[in-house]
Amino acid sequence: MNANSRQVLWKKEPYIFEQGSSGREGISLPEEDEDFSTQNNPPLPSHLLREPINDFPEVSEVEVVRHFTRLSQWNYGVDTGLYPLGSCTMKYNPKLNEEVAKLSGFSFAHPHQPEPLSQGALHLIYELESFLSEITGMDRVTLQPAAGAHGEFAGMLMIKAYFADKKDARIKVLIPDTAHGTNPASVSMCGFKAVPVKSNKDGIVDKDTVASLMDEDVAAIMLTNPNTLGIFELNITDIADIVHKKGGFVYCDGANLNALMGIVKLGDLGIDIAHINLHKTFSTPHGGGGPGSGPVAIKNILSDYLPVPIIEKREKRYFFNYDQPKSIGKVKSFYGNFLVCVKAYAYILTMGNSGLREASKTAVINANYIRTKLKNYYHIPHDVICMHEYVFTDKNQHEYNVNTLDIAKRLIDYGFHPPTIYFPLVVKQALMVEPTETESKETLDNFINAMICIADEAKNNPDLLKNAPLNAKITRVDEVTAARNPILKWKRD
Amino acid sequence: MRYIPNTKDNIESMIKEIGLKSEADMFKNIPLLLEEKLNLPGPLSESALIKRMKNMSDLNAHVQEYASFLGGGTYHHFIPSIISHLTGRSEFYTAYTPYQPEISQGTLQAIFEYQTFMCGLMAMDVSNASMYDGASSAAEAVLMALRTTKKLKIIISETVNPEYRRVIKTYLTGHSAEVFEIPFDKQGKTDVNKLESIIDKNTACAVIQTPNFFGIIEDLSTCESIIHKNGALLVAVFSEPIAYGLLKPPGLFNADITAGEGQSLGLPPGFGGPYLGVLVSKSKFLRSMPGRIVGETTDKNGERAFVLTLSAREQHIRREKSTSNICTNEGLCALAAAIYLSSLGKQGIRKIARINYDKSEYTRNKLSTIPGVKLKFSSPTFNEFVIETKKNSIETVTELSLNKKILAGIPIGRFYKNLSNCLLITVTEMNTKEEIENLCNGLRELNE
Repeated sequence: MNANSRQVLWKKEPYIFEQGSSGREGISLPEEDEDFSTQNNPPLPSHLLREPINDFPEVSEVEVVRHFTRLSQWNYGVDTGLYPLGSCTMKYNPKLNEEVAKLSGFSFAHPHQPEPLSQGALHLIYELESFLSEITGMDRVTLQPAAGAHGEFAGMLMIKAYFADKKDARIKVLIPDTAHGTNPASVSMCGFKAVPVKSNKDGIVDKDTVASLMDEDVAAIMLTNPNTLGIFELNITDIADIVHKKGGFVYCDGANLNALMGIVKLGDLGIDIAHINLHKTFSTPHGGGGPGSGPVAIKNILSDYLPVPIIEKREKRYFFNYDQPKSIGKVKSFYGNFLVCVKAYAYILTMGNSGLREASKTAVINANYIRTKLKNYYHIPHDVICMHEYVFTDKNQHEYNVNTLDIAKRLIDYGFHPPTIYFPLVVKQALMVEPTETESKETLDNFINAMICIADEAKNNPDLLKNAPLNAKITRVDEVTAARNPILKWKRD
Repeated sequence: MRYIPNTKDNIESMIKEIGLKSEADMFKNIPLLLEEKLNLPGPLSESALIKRMKNMSDLNAHVQEYASFLGGGTYHHFIPSIISHLTGRSEFYTAYTPYQPEISQGTLQAIFEYQTFMCGLMAMDVSNASMYDGASSAAEAVLMALRTTKKLKIIISETVNPEYRRVIKTYLTGHSAEVFEIPFDKQGKTDVNKLESIIDKNTACAVIQTPNFFGIIEDLSTCESIIHKNGALLVAVFSEPIAYGLLKPPGLFNADITAGEGQSLGLPPGFGGPYLGVLVSKSKFLRSMPGRIVGETTDKNGERAFVLTLSAREQHIRREKSTSNICTNEGLCALAAAIYLSSLGKQGIRKIARINYDKSEYTRNKLSTIPGVKLKFSSPTFNEFVIETKKNSIETVTELSLNKKILAGIPIGRFYKNLSNCLLITVTEMNTKEEIENLCNGLRELNE
């Protein structure tokens, strides 16, 4: 196998601000009737008016289209190839979902239009909530949070509101070292103190460790299952018992739900509250950083604290209910990233029960296949059957002075997006691979072969890796200067 | 299943290579495996799904079919065709957050240009790569002010969009800061006397929206001097960025942090999302700004390159001490805004702002002559304004929407008890003269 990728025709593209020339325009605005014209209206006081924005470009439509098309060609997406970012679930984004989200009744519905004229949207929200409840084994769902971390925040606020309501001032939240990176930040935003929990040698949390930390100051344990090592928390039901006995909640970061659909339900495991990432498990695109959607699923005990409005149904009519005196309030305007929800809804209907179960099973098999085929080449800290992702390290390559970053960057030359690197922190120099179910055996074999070639190159030609990537649009970047002397916008010379 | 390439045969051979006897071995240690199938509809074929979605979509009114005078934080502006084509390039929308700069230069340069556009439009120094929406961005701006000033008093004008105020309060749940709301005066502007009497040396920031929720252009200059005299920060909020094509933006009033909604910049109303949280500030607050930021640097060969920078502020490095927990943002919406503003350009942004102002003024004048309808406030407005009607505002909206296909405005009594028969009317470049006539006629009939 050769490192045979090669990126882009265009090596350089000027800033849009440096293109075009005075007098060009790139938009056709609606005609203005002369009745509207300025002289009929009282002039705005001049101290309120601004000067033209000189730094804005003057470019034609053609120039705008070429500019952004060229930029797009410097990117790598799921549609380009395998994107095995661990814990990010970069599965195929169905085109059908993009189409249906563009239907006028979804895309151009105004959030303030009257309820009787929004029944289709309300129906969709109501039904998606019930689908997600069924998949997770929970009682209720809110679609309001805009992303996973936003869901964590909303979820922990519900727990906070519960204890405030019960006049029980709990301050701590237990967070295993195998949980997601956003968890401690979410917890501290809610005014809780994060207490780290060490995982054991098998990469999972021991019930005794939890028991030793659990007391009546602990509001919840916030764990990720499967955890960020790709391992199922086998003690989860015992842990849930311990936490419940002391009056705490079990929060599950559901970012890794892609391993579990139709296989096991979070609710059955004793989990009280979980967020879900529609942009991971439910196939909606990541958009180069968003938009996402982070619904929160809860057991009934927390339902008084859901963000408003909640969507209810009475005699075939759907309506918003704002009358929730114990609600945490709102974490976002309106009802969530609705158009993302439309795509997830379409995905669930396309897959059905059988398709979702097949997706999760295949995701797990694909990950284990890569793990098995590469374990003679790369060190695996926890060599057990994994779920939808697994973690390896650069330990076998240390003697050649090659590290995680070098391996990741060399993968680019072979035409693959690198895995998640240096995460989870619990493993030194981690590379975390999540292939997802939407990759064929041939693609997995190509990836495996590339990884084997890289292991060989590490031994025989380490400079290749040190200088990688060689075939991308740019070589490695100077991050230190970027942070020390930040240039964060374009300026005219 | 067409999204899952591996066949039964593929799977069987892979399981063998893994060294297991069967699929079931893969899950045998997991407790409480499901015995029953999930109770879900489907699977549906592509054609059946389209039919079902189309039927649901048809049950909704939408601003392309109805004459819409709805705004209040979500606006119906013209969206050029190129936006969906360019954001629909799958190299953009199927990529992740650009962690690997070598193969993400497209997203990174586009976001860098987005940051430049936002700084230019708001006349501020630095922008991040986006937040979830205007409301959450305003909340993060308040948290930023609390972090930098280490003071605990927050003042919010009641003319700030009610959704934003609710979200700010929710974000402050875990914080010991105290929120004081100040009322509006008879002109519908923030009551500056109240501001002056409540603000003190312990105030972290005052939050003022302009144009405010009533569409009124606030006197930011007076507010600014009161706020800065007390050593607090001016957090300026907006929901209609098109206004700054014509009106002085917060940066020219010496705002410290500006936060708001970018939906107007090329995004559809989408029944409330996804939108675009804009967050910009003076450069001295850069290190306490939340979210991703793209910076320009060079690669090993000295070529220009872009990279996510200043990540020492962020959750994956600083854990519980980070500036925010935000990870996924609204990247594709920021891209849409960059494309939209590139298309509008220097002339277009002025022109569209002018059209909005002119059409809104025209409508405001027309409505003010209708018996039973009066303008609630006399202050200058941009593209929305409040009217008070004789007829109950909720009934007005219901009747005009059901009988005349007019979305007549937002009854704001739900947010302001003393404005019970008031409607917030928004007019953009999309409203035709005929629609405006129909609105006037409809209101005339109802208030006879």
